[in-house]
Amino acid sequence: MNVAWRHLKDRIMLGLAALMGLIILVPVVGMLWLVVSHALPALTIGLFTQVTVGTGGGLLNAIVGTFYVVGLGILIAGPLGILAGVYIGEVNPAGRFSQFLRFTTDIMAGVPSIVIGYFGYVTLVLGLGWGFSTLAGAIALALIGIPYVVRSTETALSKVPRGMREASLALGASQTTTIWRVTLREALPGVITGVLLALSIAIGETAPLLYTAGWSNYMPELRLTHSPIGYLTYVVWTYINEPFAKAQSLAYAAGLLLLVLIVIVNLVARRLVGRSRVSH
Amino acid sequence: MVTPGKVRLLDRVMRLATGVVAGGSLVAMAAILLFLLRDSWPSILYNGAHFLTSITWNIGNLYGSALSHHGGAVAPAGATYGILPFILGTLLSSLIAVVLAVPLAVGIGLLLVEYLPRRIGDSLSFAVEMLAGIPSVVIGLWGIAVLIPWIGHDLGPWLQAALGFVPIFRGPIGSGQGLLASGLVLAVMITPIIAATTRDVLRQTPRETKEGALGLGLTRWEMIRAVSLPWSMSGIFGAVILGLGRALGETMAVLMVSGSAVNYLPQNIFSPIGTMAATIVSQLDSAMTDPTGMAIHALAEIALVLFVMSILVNVPARLLLSGAVKKGGEAQ
Repeated sequence: MNVAWRHLKDRIMLGLAALMGLIILVPVVGMLWLVVSHALPALTIGLFTQVTVGTGGGLLNAIVGTFYVVGLGILIAGPLGILAGVYIGEVNPAGRFSQFLRFTTDIMAGVPSIVIGYFGYVTLVLGLGWGFSTLAGAIALALIGIPYVVRSTETALSKVPRGMREASLALGASQTTTIWRVTLREALPGVITGVLLALSIAIGETAPLLYTAGWSNYMPELRLTHSPIGYLTYVVWTYINEPFAKAQSLAYAAGLLLLVLIVIVNLVARRLVGRSRVSH
Repeated sequence: MVTPGKVRLLDRVMRLATGVVAGGSLVAMAAILLFLLRDSWPSILYNGAHFLTSITWNIGNLYGSALSHHGGAVAPAGATYGILPFILGTLLSSLIAVVLAVPLAVGIGLLLVEYLPRRIGDSLSFAVEMLAGIPSVVIGLWGIAVLIPWIGHDLGPWLQAALGFVPIFRGPIGSGQGLLASGLVLAVMITPIIAATTRDVLRQTPRETKEGALGLGLTRWEMIRAVSLPWSMSGIFGAVILGLGRALGETMAVLMVSGSAVNYLPQNIFSPIGTMAATIVSQLDSAMTDPTGMAIHALAEIALVLFVMSILVNVPARLLLSGAVKKGGEAQ
């Protein structure tokens, strides 16, 4: 084969790959530009001080609601996911049961969120009679987020050098103490990254919340059950289909707030990953 | 003072507690299956196999007292629940998404691992991760504001002019809502997932073999063809199926651009469609008004079909991926 042709082919393939990289930037930049430019007219103080009324008003109820339901969801998903990750990654890493759990955890991460939402609707909203409520929404979000926390915790623990464990055990520390004071501490950036990943997924979820949290125009109540709650993604979905410019710009404003929250979470996660790389 | 006995007890409690929590994911999966099965049981009795093969979704006359009995279950008069259009809508939109996403994702994966210097690669990585993190309703927003008008005015007529001899591109284009818009939105959503996994799999390729290939005088592309791609093929395949699973279950973005068709089989690539996941949301309000509850049971059965489908897709994907990772681990 001709050498010049081989190098030309190499160039062509590089060009094609670069084209793919450029194409994927189009939706990223397009979405950011669309949301930012359309949200600007709606960015007023009222957005943060008023609740949604009819097709207008502000987003206060949705902002507080998102923090409330997502925060509660992470409070459930974080500890449970970390405990499960400790079992799979530290207590019994080579065991058959752990291998099986690794697999089912991955499968669970692939279950469509609407299915988990429907499960929450059947069991919590109807079954336990909670109605559309904060706790039902939070549990649905927790079920969606737990697999990510489990897998990140487990992966981070598996990267802790074996010598650190052995040193701690040799000094007479129990396994529990070793995990709590040595290995988990060493794996902390990875663990937190997993929690942040679950957090950013939960912030962006809509479908499961429609079935569990419902929607409310009013400020969230502290009651965990029997009281529906508002959240930002709902505003994006419903208000964009209203025929009023004011409602539509509210949808864009909610979209912008969501993007800002998610970018913040991702930047924190990236910093943590960077730090854990540096420390080794 | 902590005695050794107490320590051993504490460790035992810790092992047991973490094990129980870890097993919780199994319990959750089993519970999802059981509760969906229980809730959809009346619908399974009422519809039988018709559920999967019928085109008509009609929750019946809710205002009359007449009821329709079938298979020992009761529904409003005239109710039929057929989800064939939703199954087709789901499969076709996901197929379009995968066809579009695979070259994009593999190209990006190769760019990140084999071509770009770390610095530029990191920014592209960040953009791709950013895209993966964008909430599906925001992607739907972009679909409504940008994609749908573009398909309706530009892409649709252009495709028809260029490819009109292929039947699926013939016929009405409509507003731009429909199968193609759903496929494009899904492609945007699954490309980052496939690209990130492809990148990780490509990184497992042993460096010595790659350097050996280059040392023998192969060009970079020939090295990719001869070493990287064969080595990573099963892992990339797993990544693609993983993306397919995500596309099958995606709800909001599709709901916003699909046109939410009911009782209608797609006629061409521009047809309005409904998918299973989107229908569960779009039909909730009307289903809740059914006094017999059968419409809700039918929605539960859609969720059940979707759940089973997601497991059938994710199990082989994960098997392929864990095989790919193991292969990489052995080589290192």
